[in-house]
Formats: sequence, C-alpha cells, structure tokens
Amino acid sequence: MAQTPKKPETAPDGDHWLVRPENIRKIWIGSIIALAITVAVELFTGTAGHFHGVDEWFAFPAVFGFLSCVVMVFVAKVLGNILKRKDDYYDL
Amino acid sequence: MIFETFPPALILLFAAFMAVISRPNARAVIVLVAPLITLWAIWSLPDGVLITTRFLDYEIQPLEVSPVRRMFATVFAIMAFTGALYSFRTAKTAELGAAFAYASGAIGVCFAGDLITLFIWWEMMAIFSTIVVWCGGTEASRRAGIRYAMMHLLSGVLLKIGIEGVYVHTGSLEIEAMLATDLDRWLILIGILINAAAPPFSSWLPDAYPETSPTGAVFLSAFTTKTAVLALILLFPGEKVLVWVGLYMVFYGIIYALLENDARRILAYSIINQVGFMVCAVGIGTELALNGAALHAFAHIIYKALLLMSAGVVLYRTGQRKCTDLGGLFRTMPVTCICGIIGALAISSFPLTSGYTTKTMISVAAEQEHLVFVWYMLAAASAGVFLHAGIKFPWFVFFQKDSGLRPKDAPWNMAAAMIFFAFLCIALGIYADPLYAMLPNSTIVPVYKPEKVVFYLQLLLFSGLAFFLLLNYMKRTLTITLDLDWIWRVAIFRLGNLAYDACSAVRTAAEKTILSFLKTGREGLDDLSERDGLILRATSATGLGALYIMVLLTLYILVYYLD
Repeated sequence: MAQTPKKPETAPDGDHWLVRPENIRKIWIGSIIALAITVAVELFTGTAGHFHGVDEWFAFPAVFGFLSCVVMVFVAKVLGNILKRKDDYYDL
Repeated sequence: MIFETFPPALILLFAAFMAVISRPNARAVIVLVAPLITLWAIWSLPDGVLITTRFLDYEIQPLEVSPVRRMFATVFAIMAFTGALYSFRTAKTAELGAAFAYASGAIGVCFAGDLITLFIWWEMMAIFSTIVVWCGGTEASRRAGIRYAMMHLLSGVLLKIGIEGVYVHTGSLEIEAMLATDLDRWLILIGILINAAAPPFSSWLPDAYPETSPTGAVFLSAFTTKTAVLALILLFPGEKVLVWVGLYMVFYGIIYALLENDARRILAYSIINQVGFMVCAVGIGTELALNGAALHAFAHIIYKALLLMSAGVVLYRTGQRKCTDLGGLFRTMPVTCICGIIGALAISSFPLTSGYTTKTMISVAAEQEHLVFVWYMLAAASAGVFLHAGIKFPWFVFFQKDSGLRPKDAPWNMAAAMIFFAFLCIALGIYADPLYAMLPNSTIVPVYKPEKVVFYLQLLLFSGLAFFLLLNYMKRTLTITLDLDWIWRVAIFRLGNLAYDACSAVRTAAEKTILSFLKTGREGLDDLSERDGLILRATSATGLGALYIMVLLTLYILVYYLD
C-alpha cells in the first residue's frame, strides 16, 4: 500500500532534519556527552555491585555492557556464517 | 455477586462464539465488552478452590483462585481487550473468534485447580491458536500452522502421559509444587517447556508467528508462552534445570534476532529471550524470583504486544516486514514509531518503563542467592536485549535508510490500542505499586535506588554505543538462519531418502544374487530332467513358480513340525 512519495515534514534542502549530516553529527556529540554523564554520575551514587568482584569496579556496567554486545555480535557473525541460508531455503 | 463462582474463561468462550455468528457492528461491541466483563468476573472471585465436581471417575476442580493465577488472568483479559481494539476493524471474523477462544483457554489454564482441567484448556489453546496462525491466509501460514499444530499437539501428548503417570503413581491430580524427579514429572515439565518455546523446540515460535496476519501475531505473542510460565510457577518452582534452560533461551533469542532480517521474526525471537528470563527466575525459585517471573510476564505481555502492534501497522500499511525493504518510516508514521520506541525501551527495561520495575527483581533474586555466574549472564543478556530488540527493531524499521515508503500512520483503533499499551508501559514503570499489590507475597525490592538506575543506564546506553559502532556488522541480508527444526524439516527427509536409496541398492543386489543362484539351481534341474525325464521339466516361468511354491511348502511343513 505504498503511497506516492510526499514529504510533509521536509526542510528547504529536501529532507527531514533528522537525516541531515550536520544534525546526525550533533546527535552523536549529544549522545557521547550523555554517555559520559552516566559514567560520571557513578562517582556520586557509588557502585551497585554486590559480589565484591569486578562488578564493583568503577564504570563496570558501561564496560561490561559494551563488551557483552561486542561478543554477542561476533558470536552471531560466526554462527551466521555457518547457519545462514537464502530466505527461500525452505520454500524449494 | 453472580460471578463469585463463575469460571471467567467461559465468558470469553461464549463471546468467541457470539462474535463469529453476529453482524460486524454487534461483533465489535461483543469483542470490546466481553474482556471487560471477564476482568470484572476475575476480580469478583475470592481465593481458594471454588468449584469441585466429578469428571469421568475423577474429582476435578475447574475453578481455583490464588493471587498469581488472578494476576495472569488479569493481564490476559487486558490483552484480549486491547487486542480486540487493535484488530476488530481489519481482522477476519474467524481470526477474532479463534483469538477469543484461545484467550479463554489461557484464562482457563490460569484457574485450573487440577491437572485434567489444565490439560483440557491447554488443548483448547493449541487448537484455536493454530486457527489464528492459519488466518494469516497465505500458503506460508498454512504450512507454518501445520508445523505449529504438530508441536503443540506433541506438547499436549507429553503433558497427558505425564499427568496420567502422576495419577497412577500418586493418586493425586492436584496442581502443586513438584520437582522433575521421575519420568512422569519430566514429561509434564517437557510438555510445558515446549509451549514455553524452550530448546530444542524453540523454533516453532519464530516459524509461526511472523506468518500470521498483522493482527494475529499480537494475540499469539501473549498467551501460549505465558501460560507455560504460569504453569512452571505453579508446578516447578525451584527446579534447577530451569535456570540453565532459561539462560539458553535468553542468549538463543539474542543471537538469532541479531541475524534476522524479518522485523516480526526479530520480535518473535525476543519473546523467547524474554520468556528465558522468566524461566530462569522460576528455576531460581525464591519468593522474590517467582514474584519477578510473574511481574515480568505481566509487563512483557504488554510491551511485546505493543511492539508487535507497531510492526503489525507497518505490515498492514506497507505489506513489508523485512528490514531490507523497510526504513525511514518515522517521517509519516510518528504514532507507530513513537509507540514502537516506547515498547522497545520497555523490553530493554530502561528506567521509567515497566520492564525496569519488573525484570530488575529477577537479577536481584540471582544476586541474593549468590548465583554469581547467573547474575553476570543476566546482566550481559540485559545489554543484549537492548541490542537485538531495543535498538535494532526501531532502527531498521523506522530509521536506517530512506526506503522511499511513505505509508499513512495507524488507523484510529490501532493507534488507540498502541497508545493505551504505551501508556501502561510508562505508567507501570513510574508507579508499579498496583502491580506489586497483585503479587502472592510482599517480597519485593525497591528498584529505584540511584546506583541501580545508574547501573542500568550505563549498561544499556553503552550497548547502544556498541550497536552503532558495529552497525557495519549488522547489515541485513536476505537470509534466514537454520535452527534445530532443520532436523525434522530437512535432515529427516534426507536421511529417509538415503535409507531408501540404501535399501534399493541392497534389494537390487539381493535380487541379482538370488536370481543368479536360482538360475544355477534351475540349470542343474534342467540337466536332471533331461537326463532322467522326470516331472522336473521346469522350463517355463509357471514351472519355476511351482518350484518356488513347492520349496516354500516344504519349509512350512518343516517349521510346523519342528515347532
């Protein structure tokens, strides 16, 4: 049910403000500041760790979250190489 | 009160029947009002066993109420209402009727006081959910529906054998906490786990749900897996094997969703991921963990339905569900996009959403039990949820690239259903006390402690950073990912063909040997007959046949007398 392209929210240069490169740059900068703040705030709240291990280190959740995701993406990549098939695999 | 001993499931079942036979306008009223009456009926029921009756030779309890049962029934009724609101204008009559009968099955399971009643409602769910799958109306959904039905009938059969075993060996049909200590209970556990989409049978869920209609998946996402979670809470609290089954499901869901291209299948995999958290919590088995499982199931039904509603609107408006075909839809679908994002934040258990106030209990329960490894795995999985569902779904559907699609936003009823659930996601994230009040016991922990909020914000936001830094590795391709169902969809047939070929080869070889043997024998006989002119003039095929029969009869007589 695709309709003819009409762009109600278009800016003068022809595309939505959210997809213009200069704004994407600003979003990146804003996000990095937000990330830094969430880490810095830990100085005031203290750690939520419980097991007296690495979980009590400063910025543990940030590092752990980031690394877990990297590992999961790469595990998925490796498994994908073995298990991926064309999406009509079962139709044939 | 009229509803003090009336099974609420029957209200929805009656509504399902009426919805099918009435005219469209009346149908709309029925499907919107019946869930509300059901909700009222659910809340009119006092705790305890309310009906005891005889069925065949057994004493059964078709209506037993406890707080956790009421909690699940409540969210099922809310789901039936919102699902009806979302779908009553576009869904087929058969789909609406089947969805309501299916919901009634789920509520029936909630209040089943004995294993026989549980089994009957369990099968109701299997039958009517299959019809919902078939209402997808395509060849793919017809085939997926058959595979789906086989899986759930298998679940029912195992459950039934287990129940009969328990009855024969203990004489009890009570629904009570047990551990998988013998074959009977193992069979019950496996029967339930199949419905929870546990390994090795996880694939029925991502196989069937994406093939349904835009509205069908919304209903399907709520009932089957969550009644399985309730059954686990009631029957197998503290069964340690569930901890590992749950952890497997959590990571299975993440990895497969990361590889997936179909937006609705991404959400299907993330159902398994989320149910994994609940199964793991049931395995931990403390009061807090069981509370966490029940709370998380409640919140999950709402945000997962919201996500599938959002994906459903996209499918309804564009006919597309593959990430490679979608993108940039935020321009013209703001309501669908924002509701989808709220659902995505809730599933990621972002602070101020319902996922945060519920799922956090599970990891605290692991912490309190000093399950260090489990706790680390759950934390990694929480990051992974944000990765595979929290960002991936909205990003690839609504942002990513400009697909050129400029579809209209959701129709009013679909938008209303989404806004209602989005509101609940946030409301229960800010003020979860009504939810906590439904729990069977008051063991909960405060989740809004500054260090906890910071913990989850760091965990999630840095997962987000990882997503965008690794975006190149996430490029969607036109592929599916093989699962264990490959064994019974492909491997068995290949093995069968191999076995057939092998048997044919053996047969050909055997024929050759026997024929050449017989030929030698016959040539010998021919020689005899020519020399002596006896009756053995077996030169024609008939003669040869007579010879075979003679040999067989001789063998028969020999065997007869030897015996």
